Amino acid sequence: MDMEIPYTVEPRPDTGLTNPKLGIWLFLASEVMLFGGLFSSYVLLRSGADYWPNQADIVNIPLATLNTAVLISSSVTMVMAWASLKMNDFAKYKLYMGLTFLAGVGFLVIKTIEYNEKFSHDFYPSTNNFIGIYFLLTGLHAIHVIGGMVVNGFLWGPGAKMWKTAPEQFVNRVEVAGLYWHFVDLVWIFLFPVLYLL
Amino acid sequence: MSHTAEEVRAQVKTYVTIFAILMVLTVVTVAVSYIDLPSITQRVGLALLVAGTKASLVAIFFMHLKGERQWVTYTLVLTSFFVVLVFGLPMWTDNDHIVGSSKVIWDAGVPVPELPGHEAEVGDEGAGH
Amino acid sequence: MDHVSTAEHPAVHDGSHEHAHHEQSFLRKWVFSVDHKIIGIQYTVTSLLFLLLGFTLMMIMRWQLAHPGVPVPLIGGLMGIANAPGGIILPEFYNQLGAMHGTIMVFLGVVPLAVGGFGNYVTPLMIGAPDMAFPRLNMASYWSYFIGGVIMLASFLVPGGAANSGWTSYVPLANIATMGQTVWLCGMLFLIFSSLFGAVNFIVTIVQLRAPGLTWSRLPFFVWTQLVTSFLLLLAFPPLQAAAMLQFMDRVFGTNFFMPSGLVVSGQIVEGAGGGNPLLWQHLFWFLAHPEVYVLILPALGIVAEILANNTRKPLWGYRLMVGSLIFLGFMSFVVWAHHMFMTGMGTSISAFFQTTTMIISVPSVVILSALFLSLHGGSIRFNTPMLFALAFLPMFGIGGLTGLPLGLSAADIPLHDTYYVIGHFHYVVAPGTIFALFAGIYYWYPKATGRMMNEVLGKIHFVGSFIAINVVFMPMFIQGLAGVNRRLWDGGAEYAHAQDVLHWNLTMSQGAWALGFFQIFFIINFFLSMKTGKKVDSNPWQATTIDWTDTTSPPLAHGNFTKVPVVYRDAYQYSVPGAKADFIPQTAEEE
Repeated sequence: MDMEIPYTVEPRPDTGLTNPKLGIWLFLASEVMLFGGLFSSYVLLRSGADYWPNQADIVNIPLATLNTAVLISSSVTMVMAWASLKMNDFAKYKLYMGLTFLAGVGFLVIKTIEYNEKFSHDFYPSTNNFIGIYFLLTGLHAIHVIGGMVVNGFLWGPGAKMWKTAPEQFVNRVEVAGLYWHFVDLVWIFLFPVLYLL
Repeated sequence: MSHTAEEVRAQVKTYVTIFAILMVLTVVTVAVSYIDLPSITQRVGLALLVAGTKASLVAIFFMHLKGERQWVTYTLVLTSFFVVLVFGLPMWTDNDHIVGSSKVIWDAGVPVPELPGHEAEVGDEGAGH
Repeated sequence: MDHVSTAEHPAVHDGSHEHAHHEQSFLRKWVFSVDHKIIGIQYTVTSLLFLLLGFTLMMIMRWQLAHPGVPVPLIGGLMGIANAPGGIILPEFYNQLGAMHGTIMVFLGVVPLAVGGFGNYVTPLMIGAPDMAFPRLNMASYWSYFIGGVIMLASFLVPGGAANSGWTSYVPLANIATMGQTVWLCGMLFLIFSSLFGAVNFIVTIVQLRAPGLTWSRLPFFVWTQLVTSFLLLLAFPPLQAAAMLQFMDRVFGTNFFMPSGLVVSGQIVEGAGGGNPLLWQHLFWFLAHPEVYVLILPALGIVAEILANNTRKPLWGYRLMVGSLIFLGFMSFVVWAHHMFMTGMGTSISAFFQTTTMIISVPSVVILSALFLSLHGGSIRFNTPMLFALAFLPMFGIGGLTGLPLGLSAADIPLHDTYYVIGHFHYVVAPGTIFALFAGIYYWYPKATGRMMNEVLGKIHFVGSFIAINVVFMPMFIQGLAGVNRRLWDGGAEYAHAQDVLHWNLTMSQGAWALGFFQIFFIINFFLSMKTGKKVDSNPWQATTIDWTDTTSPPLAHGNFTKVPVVYRDAYQYSVPGAKADFIPQTAEEE
């Protein structure tokens, strides 16, 4: 006879949370420290630098603004995907989750265009520290976008089978994936003004 | 936190509204960057204010903080306060030097003008000898 | 298959749960296990091996320090011509040994044992949970650690050898160091992932999976320490990850995050854009590394607390004060880091800030240590092996902590920074401190994991020999440090006039180190022999109150630990309660 691990799907009464939800918030806290560490590195490098290029001369503001819109839209479609499941509309869920995934693709395509533009102007990470930190911050963010897309893709595709076998757990998974995805959006909301507009 | 289907249906309208606000704020983000503010601190402050507003909207509505127990929100507020504090400390450290500025220490052979506001500090150290 | 659990428990059936009656393959059961007990044992065995390896590296270093320029006996020829031609250790190899000794001991030895080993094995049992909250994440955490460890070891084999810029990897030296430093950065990536996964798992487990009735005020102190430790790991490691990425880019992609303009190496100006800030590395590194030292000590405090209460047959003194101090310590640990950087030219205001926070943080440590000492008063002390190690921990940690105070004041730090005084200080806290506590924990929980006691005679020899030898190794370091002998010197200070009077201690300390190594043999033999010949015990040989001892067998049930969900009615330290039938009342014993 064995015991199940409680609160995997049902929230624990006193905390109001399920295990995965608490887990993802904690993980996001660590991500805040990771990106925060890099942001404060940016600040220290820039404030201590003799020479810091005019960022607007190097980066592509219109493309990045478009990317901001893309990511914010993907956040909406993500929460709509979860809401559709809560309203028992699996078809709508597939639609919205699919759109979220495509928005991720769009983001990465625009990012690729941006990066290629940099390389074609001989702007490499080693050129100066602004470009270095730009590539690191946006690159790390892009890796996180890819990670989120892998999870979202799984939940759209093979993982969606769980809707038939354990619907409540599936909805929770979508919600948890959504929390992560919103966070990726949040990081970009700070990255955009700092790297492109200051 | 188990929202019923009806509650969720009502929330959808909110999501769309917040989406619209976020789009507007994105335009605002770009627009304010063209405002010629005197100091970098002010420019950064304004940029972070707009970004912070957008981030809060995403957190409160899309990440369902509004529906969660209060302690979750309080913990996050406490965390953000800490993040600001602990990342502010290296900034303070970098600006508070025994002699001159960090540029004097790290750049070899490049004449650097004395930073305003540091002369008094250098004088203080000298008085101790 | 009858899932009785769904009907009886508040839990809901997890669709991916493994059925207990399926026969698992050897790989699934022993190698890629998701059971916290197996994973705890994996962590324990792996980390003990790394501790032994790190110790061996140090014994080699101490040969060089005791007999500079003399070939290392026995294994001299095995270290390779690049490292030790003719068996004589080259300075470059000495630096590798030093950097890897620190790295291995901290990241591959102590923390994985304290958190991965003890935390994983004991915590779910102690809170009445069937496993950790995320068993598969737990497995990922162990294997990430394992891969990180392999990468770190492999670094010895690349051209130029392992990392050699100290475990602190200060820039710009680490930026221009040999290939092994890049391997070190890659190894750290996996180790940091391992810690992050583990930290999330521990916090969720402790918050969510406490048995009914196990309120925060009834939680054993050991679990509290694991909780706070996990928060430190969760929030402090990511900035080091950021720093490692920055250094990786500097080394591999030619960025200049840490490369200042006009840097000169061996008479040549370094090519590159420059503009970087070497202090940035120090800030990011110590932002982690200071909380990391509390990660090193907190689980040890937890282990000692449990063993003291159990072997004094008396409640801990000041439990609530200890928990409050623990939480306060956790917060404070994030705002003291620059006391490692007093010599970097920081101004008086910021120096005052960090000195103040550092002095403040010594208070909760003293409170906890004092409470532990006070817990002895009036106790019926049983001097078994775990108790001996736990008792020795107290004054040893005291010495370590007290010797830290001058280092936390910048004026006193000036002559002591980067000397052997610092090495003495932190080794006292970690070696006769934490590692003694970990030994205590092994002797204490061994019967729970195996169903057999370790041999008391061998244990006591291990203790007495180790205690004497370890003090012979580390006490003279304060003398050398006060004389001004620098750390990380390949020749132990032989070239410096001010070191001449204290150089002879090098031989003494080395002999202490080899003696210390000798006495570990008793432990190793005991550890393996007792598995076969140790005295068999029932589930609670120590007559302890906590759920890990009272509600499950030794060893615990393979799946789910408990036959039914434990229910807690009282706090963890109901020893010698007046009027009670026995001198202890289990936490799960109902009201009379």
